[in-house]
Amino acid sequence: MSEATASRPTAGNTGAMVEIDHLNKWYGDFHVLRDINLTVTRGERIVICGPSGSGKSTMIRCINHLEEHQQGMITVNGIPMNNDVKRIEQIRRNVGMVFQHFNLFPHLTVLENCCLSQIWVQKKPRAEAEKTAMEYLERVQIANQAKKYPGQLSGGQQQRVAIARALCMRPEVMLFDEPTSALDPEMIKEVLDVMIELAHEGMTMLCVTHEMGFAKTVADRVIFMDQGQIIEEAPPTEFFNNPRSERTQLFLSQILGH
Amino acid sequence: MTTPTNSTFRTEMIEAREAPNQSRGVAGWLRANLFSGPINSVVSVVVILLIARLIWPFLEWTVIDANFLGSSRDACTGDGACWVFIASRFDSIIYGFYPEAARWRVDIVFAVLAVLIAWLAVPRLPQKKWVVLFALIGFPILAYILLLGGHFGLAYVPTRAWGGLMLTLTIAVVGIVGSLPIGILLALGRRSKMPFVKSICVIFIEFWRGVPLITVLFMASVMLPLFMPGNIEFDKLLRALVGIMLFWSAYMAEVIRSGLQAIGKGQNEAGQALGLSYWQRMGLIILPQALKLVIPGIVNTFISLFKDTSLVLIIGLLDMLAIIRAGLTDTNWLGFSTEGYVFAALVYWIFCFSMSRYSQYIERRLNTGHKQ
Repeated sequence: MSEATASRPTAGNTGAMVEIDHLNKWYGDFHVLRDINLTVTRGERIVICGPSGSGKSTMIRCINHLEEHQQGMITVNGIPMNNDVKRIEQIRRNVGMVFQHFNLFPHLTVLENCCLSQIWVQKKPRAEAEKTAMEYLERVQIANQAKKYPGQLSGGQQQRVAIARALCMRPEVMLFDEPTSALDPEMIKEVLDVMIELAHEGMTMLCVTHEMGFAKTVADRVIFMDQGQIIEEAPPTEFFNNPRSERTQLFLSQILGH
Repeated sequence: MTTPTNSTFRTEMIEAREAPNQSRGVAGWLRANLFSGPINSVVSVVVILLIARLIWPFLEWTVIDANFLGSSRDACTGDGACWVFIASRFDSIIYGFYPEAARWRVDIVFAVLAVLIAWLAVPRLPQKKWVVLFALIGFPILAYILLLGGHFGLAYVPTRAWGGLMLTLTIAVVGIVGSLPIGILLALGRRSKMPFVKSICVIFIEFWRGVPLITVLFMASVMLPLFMPGNIEFDKLLRALVGIMLFWSAYMAEVIRSGLQAIGKGQNEAGQALGLSYWQRMGLIILPQALKLVIPGIVNTFISLFKDTSLVLIIGLLDMLAIIRAGLTDTNWLGFSTEGYVFAALVYWIFCFSMSRYSQYIERRLNTGHKQ
């Protein structure tokens, strides 16, 4: 992705890529996100962890408005989020997302999955879209499966296609929502390798994951959430070696315990 | 040093072998499926005898003892059916009262329709996109001009004169082609988050589903003119067509909605995350999958629609069945109602069965075999 990185405007863009300011969200009466404040600078890699139901997925899904929030402000790449459909679509074009269950389109081939939004959102000619798609499929090492349907691929392959599909839109930020937790153990590595490569190329990333090895390798910051709030925020070495909050210590002892 | 007795390891891998042969010819199949035990054998024999007992008299009546040739009642000499009745009325069964001199126009419309359907059915034929476009836009205009006339030197044939199979097919095709898109819009509307759109769709669907088609036709034909300002006169057929279209679109909407509900919300979210707009997500991601899932339901509705076209009799439109029934009152042909109804049933069955087979074929072809 070196080419994509180079073409990205860098001058004067060292500031915030994603800014979350006093974000509050409720499901009915249930307060799922409580006063979230988070600033992610360009090129930063954030890993978000925490027990299930702590609101980590909900938080990153607010960034591209898959979830609506009731209070607070989200700004992505300088564009403040509001309820205007056009504005939301504009933000989504800058934000790529990878889901736990891949969510590839089963009625389209791998190649068509990668071309769809290029053709319909970016209005690229088909040939050009296919060229870009093949480029990214090459990078996630799955170009030889381009003509197959998602159902014919393994979980790990599907997730790599999903990553390529998101990258085809040349996003500024990538959101990963537990990208490896639906995978068989032997397929986790192939997906993490792609993500690590992406991180090394300078992509701004927010990853909800329990892969602590990945967090140690690539994260600039690890964020621990519980009960809808950010409990602790620290660089990985500090986070793993010297967690300050008791909740964090308990959580780490539970996932690293054996 | 001792080897632990509870651990083993394999040194050679087992090669894949062929499956044992399970097909044993006709005799094997019969033994396995029909005569696998005493009870099974008795049941099989009884059923076979019963079928033979029912089929044979029917065959005798329809084919073996039947009369096929002739021009009048005098030709009916056999004990079986007398198909001469159908043959002598064949033209009016097909064309109704459509003027003889202009029947070539109906033939052209039928032929073009057949070619279009065949073209779309055979995967090898090229230019599908243009054929679909022509079928949806060009063909209706062509059919309208040819059937109704009044333009380009073609004699005007009022819809009063339409009848027979030609009328049945016109109603069915218009109903099918019209109710599907309206049904899709209603189904999407019913799932809309906008309360106003949603309630309109719910009310529309529940209203049309709640009334019998006969009532709809009757209202369209008798009541509607009463509400209209005196000098505005809509064609009776047009009114029936609109009624049938709206009535069936409500059913269609519910069939399609069941398909929409089967698509996981992850599909919509993936589309959103890629920046696709609502209509793009529906048109490119959700509907192609949902419609594919409910093909059996859609075709079921088409078949019901096709058969229920015969209800237009109630408002004085003479479809194929009505023409056949009219023939039965002909004093020359009294007492041939069985032949008439069997023939009508056969024609309906051919069309409905074709639709059914075609839908199964489409299902197989669209099956990428891999549900999400």
